[in-house]
Amino acid sequence: MGLKRILLAAAVGLSLSSSLHAADIDPKNWDAVLEDARGQTVYFNAWGGSENINAYLEWVSGEVNARFDIDVVHVKLDDTANAVARVVAERTAGRNEGGSVDLIWINGENFVAMKEQDLLFSPGWAQDLPNWQYVDFESQPSILTDFTVPTEGLQSPWGGAKLVFFYDDARTDAADLPQDAEGLLAWAKEHPGRFSYPAPPDFIGSSFLKQVLSELIDDREKLQQPVDPETFEADVAPLFAYLDELHSVAWRSAAAFPQNYPDMKQKLADGELDIIFAFNPAEASAAIAAGELPDTVRSFTFPEGTLGNTHFVAVPYNSSAAAGALVVADFLISPEAQLRKQDPAYWGDPTVLAMAKLSDADRAAFDALDLGVATLAPDELGPIIDEPHASWMERIEDEWRRRYIAGN
Amino acid sequence: MTLARLAPPLTIGILILPLVFGLVGTVLPAFGYLPALGGTTVTTTHFAELFAMPAIWRSAWLSLFVGLATTAISLGIVMLFVAGWSQTRVFQRVQHLLSPLLAIPHAAAAFGLAFLIAPSGYLIRLAAPVFGIDRPPDLLIINDPLGLTMMAGLIVKEIPFLFLVTLAALPQLPHRPTMQLTSAMGYGRVAGFAYALAPRVYRQIRFAVYAVIAYATSVVDVAIILGPNLPPTLPVRLLRWMNDPDLSVRFLASAGAVLQLSVTIAALALWWLLERFVAAVVTAACDGGLRFRRDRIVRILSLTATAIAGLLVFAGVALLALWSVSAFWQFPDLWPQALSLSTWQSALPRILDPLATTLLAGLASTLIALLLTIGCLEREIETGKTGGSRALLAIYMPLMVPQIAFVFGLQVLFVASGTDQRFAALVFVHLIFVLPYVFLSLSDPWRALDRRYDRVAAGLGRSRLVTLVSIRLPMLARAIATAAAVGFAVSVGQYLPTVLIGEGRLTTITTEAVALASGGNRRIIGVYAFLQTLLPFLAFAIASLVPALLFRGRRSMRV
Repeated sequence: MGLKRILLAAAVGLSLSSSLHAADIDPKNWDAVLEDARGQTVYFNAWGGSENINAYLEWVSGEVNARFDIDVVHVKLDDTANAVARVVAERTAGRNEGGSVDLIWINGENFVAMKEQDLLFSPGWAQDLPNWQYVDFESQPSILTDFTVPTEGLQSPWGGAKLVFFYDDARTDAADLPQDAEGLLAWAKEHPGRFSYPAPPDFIGSSFLKQVLSELIDDREKLQQPVDPETFEADVAPLFAYLDELHSVAWRSAAAFPQNYPDMKQKLADGELDIIFAFNPAEASAAIAAGELPDTVRSFTFPEGTLGNTHFVAVPYNSSAAAGALVVADFLISPEAQLRKQDPAYWGDPTVLAMAKLSDADRAAFDALDLGVATLAPDELGPIIDEPHASWMERIEDEWRRRYIAGN
Repeated sequence: MTLARLAPPLTIGILILPLVFGLVGTVLPAFGYLPALGGTTVTTTHFAELFAMPAIWRSAWLSLFVGLATTAISLGIVMLFVAGWSQTRVFQRVQHLLSPLLAIPHAAAAFGLAFLIAPSGYLIRLAAPVFGIDRPPDLLIINDPLGLTMMAGLIVKEIPFLFLVTLAALPQLPHRPTMQLTSAMGYGRVAGFAYALAPRVYRQIRFAVYAVIAYATSVVDVAIILGPNLPPTLPVRLLRWMNDPDLSVRFLASAGAVLQLSVTIAALALWWLLERFVAAVVTAACDGGLRFRRDRIVRILSLTATAIAGLLVFAGVALLALWSVSAFWQFPDLWPQALSLSTWQSALPRILDPLATTLLAGLASTLIALLLTIGCLEREIETGKTGGSRALLAIYMPLMVPQIAFVFGLQVLFVASGTDQRFAALVFVHLIFVLPYVFLSLSDPWRALDRRYDRVAAGLGRSRLVTLVSIRLPMLARAIATAAAVGFAVSVGQYLPTVLIGEGRLTTITTEAVALASGGNRRIIGVYAFLQTLLPFLAFAIASLVPALLFRGRRSMRV
């Protein structure tokens, strides 16, 4: 195998149309999709860092196998970008069919990157799935607009997310808890070394930066547009002034940062941190059930609102089992699968379905869920702040790196 | 034995060709050539972009510093310890302590160390009642900006490696007579060793030392677990760029891989200077007639350092095991509130597939490596020529080039071949790294076996094949079993090649462990790191049992 041949293959790959495969499958003809899917193996690329999520996916795999004769294999990622990178490597090598990734758990900038590079199975298919009829796209606008970019049916919703904070009631006085970002800074000054956030580009850490920016920017509407390079510096000045102050009183004086959310969770349990935050309101209850956090941990949120978004599943353009992947995506938004997903005994992730659209029995089942002591009820979660356009995240992360990566 | 004739060229091919192709696949995009992403012209803009990254030189400098300091300290401790204690009873004890440590994967050792020395870790918990500490102190121990903790994590693992390599080199030298001679002339143990033996020992182990430099300058997993955050070492940033969702960053990543290669080469060059310098100092001391008769303090320090390194790893692994069966476990408790098997129970069903892949890939790559190695060594006996230092260089080559600089290119090669023989490809890429270790551990005992056995057999009219099967293999069964265990352990520990070629469809215990480590769950990390440690241990246990079983009926072969 000479180098020439590789480069040739890569060149051929580039010239092939990427929609070659899409024509074969028509989601509107669902019976045909089910027929095509029979016997397929779907490689589901999803973050594998959480045992309860892994166990949930194992259940999905068993159910889908029994009902539709599809094998689902969970490919555990430590970063979703790895799956994106793999699809790129395949296109580089000219493998426009029979790709190794069939379904990706995705949202935000990874979705935008794949959409812009034409790496997604198209045209839009999500709204043709039979279970789309239950999806709550009316009151959850982030189902149709992911980080301000229209989803256009290129990804199917899977779950909701909302920024919430956790603290240990046995150590921290609930009366002192901050009500907004400014309050958080004041709290951190009174409790030096007990608050921090994961360094960007960690997803949770970047989200914290966006939360602060959304609160402090002079006009929040600006965040719904792509970054304006002219005013960018002035727009983010309050954010970095805030961070400069925060870092001087942060955990380890911001010379090191927690790796990610689970790392913060461990540090809350160890007593290193006193306030942490997550994107899944049920995380703390699940961790208490698993013996990872003490049962005195409770949640709170900001009355003026915190970031919220939706996470999705998408199918790469060169999937070797696109029909099977669609069937799995449809099963994931079935009332049954969503009910189990919202149950903190299994996962505790908020559903994307509208209660009003469900049958009476299904709605009663959702109502009967015990969300756990540390989980806020849906009406206590506070208003949702929309995710900024993906370009903001990129620019803020760059700016963050430029200012802080060299240490002091 | 025509098959043996094929073995040397095949072996060299397996060691060198993937390197060449992998490097080409990395270097071309660095200069802008990657047609799939629209790069068709040769340009240096990606290097300009690389050097404009914030604190990039600091990252590169950190990698260089950590690599050199790790190697110098580990080698220094090992040399002083061997000089001061060889042929004593203490030496044998420490040898038994350190040998199994070689099998523990770097990531597992690093996690164990982190559980010990973090501000919420076990050592501070031990001290907590004495000093009245009820909250973990806000101290920067792990992720310190100079990478000192990361160096500690590497040193505790490199000491056993260099120690065992040195141990293999010693019997080929007139060790005991030389030491008797120097001590009769009034030199201290350490000085006598340094003047008379160290130069020759070093010549034999130098490629292993270079492999340590290459590894320590380019390591990813240990750097993520223990290394500095702001900025991280170069390989960590490199991996992030390789994984960046913005695909154009791939060019930057390739340019970074070229920089990484340069850092490793620079480290090797600096080391070469250091070699000259140390040689000059030792020669000057020797010429000056310095005998260092009283070297008690140096001896005790070297013993202490070696023992602490061993104990840290053992205690760390024990802690990992304890975390894997612990229920809620709060600071500053020394023991979890309760023990529970629930982590193991929920993890076990998901462990079976990766476990099977780990075992099969390890066995297959080890078997092939053994066959090739035996073929090469047979060929040596036939032709009466060893490959000399050039062959040794070829064997060390895959260990001296940073993995991250060429495996990405290999992945492109694999995907471009359009084959679906993924398992075969995985075995092959493991083989690249297993083969050197199997060859290195088998070649010495093979060459040391008395040639007259072969001649007697030939005199009795037996063919080479019969001689091999009925004389050499049984007599060398112990060495072969040990080499196999070493090869298997290396295969189990492979992370980057497995991730890139397995593409998530073939996972091993190690790739699962690192993926789960991203979740930071100590109990799960405990389960996988414990398994990661257990598998190589089992391999070594079997390796020591097999000869005993084989030779039950042969008195003089019995162990």
